[in-house]
Amino acid sequence: MKIHIRSGRLIDPRNGIDTQRDLYLAAGKVVAVGDAPAGFSANRVIDAAGKIVCPGLVDLAVRLREPGYEYMATLESEMEAAIAGGVTSLACPPDTDPALDEPGLVEMLKFRAKNLNQAHVYPVGALTVGLKGARLTEMAELRDAGCVAFSQAEAPFADTQVLMHALEYAATFGFPVWLRPQDPALAGHGVAHDGEVATRLGLPAIPSTAEVIALSTILILARETGARIHIARLSSAEGVAMVREAKARGLPVSCDIAIHHAHLSEMDIGYFDPNCHLSPPLRSLRDRDALRAGLADGTIDALCSDHTPVDEDVKQVPFAEAEAGATGVELLLPLTLKWAAESQLPLSTAIERITVRPAAILGIDAGHLSAGAAADICIFDPKHYWRVEPGALRSQGKNTPYAGIELCGRVSHTLVGGNIVYEKNIIKNK
Amino acid sequence: MWLDPANPQLNRNGELHHLLSLEGLPAEVLLQILDTAESFVGVTQREVKKVPLLRGKAVFNLFFEPSTRTRTTFEIAAKRLSADVINLAINISSQSKGESVLDTVANLAAMQADMFIVRHAASGAPYMIAKHVAPDIHVVNAGDGRHAHPTQGLLDMYTIRHYKGDFTKLRVAIVGDILHSRVARSQIHALTTLGCPEIRVIGPKTLLPSNVDRLGVQVYPDMKQGLKDVDVVMMLRLQNERMKGALLPSAQEFYKYYGLTEDKLALAKPDAIVLHPGPMNRGVEIDSSVADGKQSVILPQVTFGIAIRMAVMSILAGN
Repeated sequence: MKIHIRSGRLIDPRNGIDTQRDLYLAAGKVVAVGDAPAGFSANRVIDAAGKIVCPGLVDLAVRLREPGYEYMATLESEMEAAIAGGVTSLACPPDTDPALDEPGLVEMLKFRAKNLNQAHVYPVGALTVGLKGARLTEMAELRDAGCVAFSQAEAPFADTQVLMHALEYAATFGFPVWLRPQDPALAGHGVAHDGEVATRLGLPAIPSTAEVIALSTILILARETGARIHIARLSSAEGVAMVREAKARGLPVSCDIAIHHAHLSEMDIGYFDPNCHLSPPLRSLRDRDALRAGLADGTIDALCSDHTPVDEDVKQVPFAEAEAGATGVELLLPLTLKWAAESQLPLSTAIERITVRPAAILGIDAGHLSAGAAADICIFDPKHYWRVEPGALRSQGKNTPYAGIELCGRVSHTLVGGNIVYEKNIIKNK
Repeated sequence: MWLDPANPQLNRNGELHHLLSLEGLPAEVLLQILDTAESFVGVTQREVKKVPLLRGKAVFNLFFEPSTRTRTTFEIAAKRLSADVINLAINISSQSKGESVLDTVANLAAMQADMFIVRHAASGAPYMIAKHVAPDIHVVNAGDGRHAHPTQGLLDMYTIRHYKGDFTKLRVAIVGDILHSRVARSQIHALTTLGCPEIRVIGPKTLLPSNVDRLGVQVYPDMKQGLKDVDVVMMLRLQNERMKGALLPSAQEFYKYYGLTEDKLALAKPDAIVLHPGPMNRGVEIDSSVADGKQSVILPQVTFGIAIRMAVMSILAGN
């Protein structure tokens, strides 16, 4: 299949391109940018006039809910949601049931995902058996099975000595470790940021100190063990300042935030909206502004959707009892564009945070459209306004804090390995 | 029924449709409830204590958390309004069988309920129920987690107005476990709305929520300073499980520094009144000589509580 993507505005941040340029694809790869190679005759021409052509999105946290939570979502539903959102590579956290702590589970997930032939799935393996924070997993075996990194997902690390050993062991093999900083004792049974809103609503609170104390432990252990650390889902202003300082000192850490934390704050909880029950909690406006600034100056490398489809039954309960998380893989692109527009940053900066930067964190060759690169591509209309209707989302989880909000930017085509997998609201290779 | 998204307790005319929290209710609504309650205080002292305002209506007491006192006062209030009252202690029936709150509510609504009186251990539960019931059903929050206990806050306002009159000239102290108290939050919102110029909260830092000053109160860790020249002292109940542990070392030490004794009360104005939402821990947050003393209005609070609940239910049924 040879494809010619014509007349689009090509934005490829890694190659510094932001101009109208055609793309030529053959045998699953980009064969030329700009002028057609000699003798190229396309089987298919995609007219991208008025649209933006960019690398397929790379999302660092998409819960596919398999194995174990198929009643909340399935690989089929969530992979369709991903490609409808322009996401062509995704990392899935190990908090499945059972957790991704055995090579067989990882192989099965990879196999199921490959058969669907949609986005590339990169499992993140469990750092400890059952995510219990006690026994190390067989990391090398898990890597051979396809894990790209290791994490505890949302499970707490109560024992700092185990954490240190886990980092030392991972560092032995050079495996990256992704950690979400939260001190379990300080977080307690909290469900909202320890601030004015939790005080008014009488909700058990999680102070920012729960994040920064854990973060300080992680940063010190990163220095001592030499492990490659990625800080996942930062949420506080002080946390951003600490990562900025660590990077300035030369510590090789990277960092992401969930897109929700760039837009929402504790105020959005309103009258106990369970769709704003997130983990980490939505913090104050001051924290949100610091996260946005950290994203703009590059302290925060990447934005992810932290996609968490949740069954309605476990959201239609009182706020504190509701399961944390929001669906979001379909909204990552428009919400990233919204952040960049509001921050008066160029589109290429926005796209960088959801393509080449997260690809580097994953350690995969993706997120760029150089000649010879895999043809994983997202084409979107940057002027298409649309309203978020939870029922119209492809994800099985309809739990979104953005219901009824108007967003700008909609994917028209998604290509994975040179195949058109999504085109104008239609999943192609079902 | 169109409810105001900015305040889902109010209908399009700004009238009360549910009573979920005192926060955000206009002063007129609070005063309407207090005035209506005043007319019912007479009823409760008559030989025939019934009025037919809720005749033929079914009021369901839906208590997901155990309570004797609040449930009983709602029951008495509903019966005095001639309503049919059905008491359900959910924690020992369907919840233990795994039924969800909304399923329970849907089933009861199918039994032609007109009003739900809801108590739940989780903050916000009555909001969720109010959002999902049919538009002609009213929901009254009878205490949710640490969030709100609006009828308690209202009966406290009634008591203060009865003894002290004008809110705009009062200095009020709220003492004890503010962090876990839904009563304190409702009192604070009602007092600020009714124009009370000085509200003090008194307690150790472990029992004060963060940013509590943003609710419009002044914080006094020292009870002796906090009680100086106040007109009203509102004590809070200290739950047993908080008395020993990481928040407080012992009930004895709490009593010594935050228990209301005659000595400490002497720092307030000579005619200051003392309130307590009950049930009291004598010798922990309050000394018996104060609880039973001439400045205590704790028993009148209970009587006014019935009138307040009658007022709330009759106003909701009329809107």
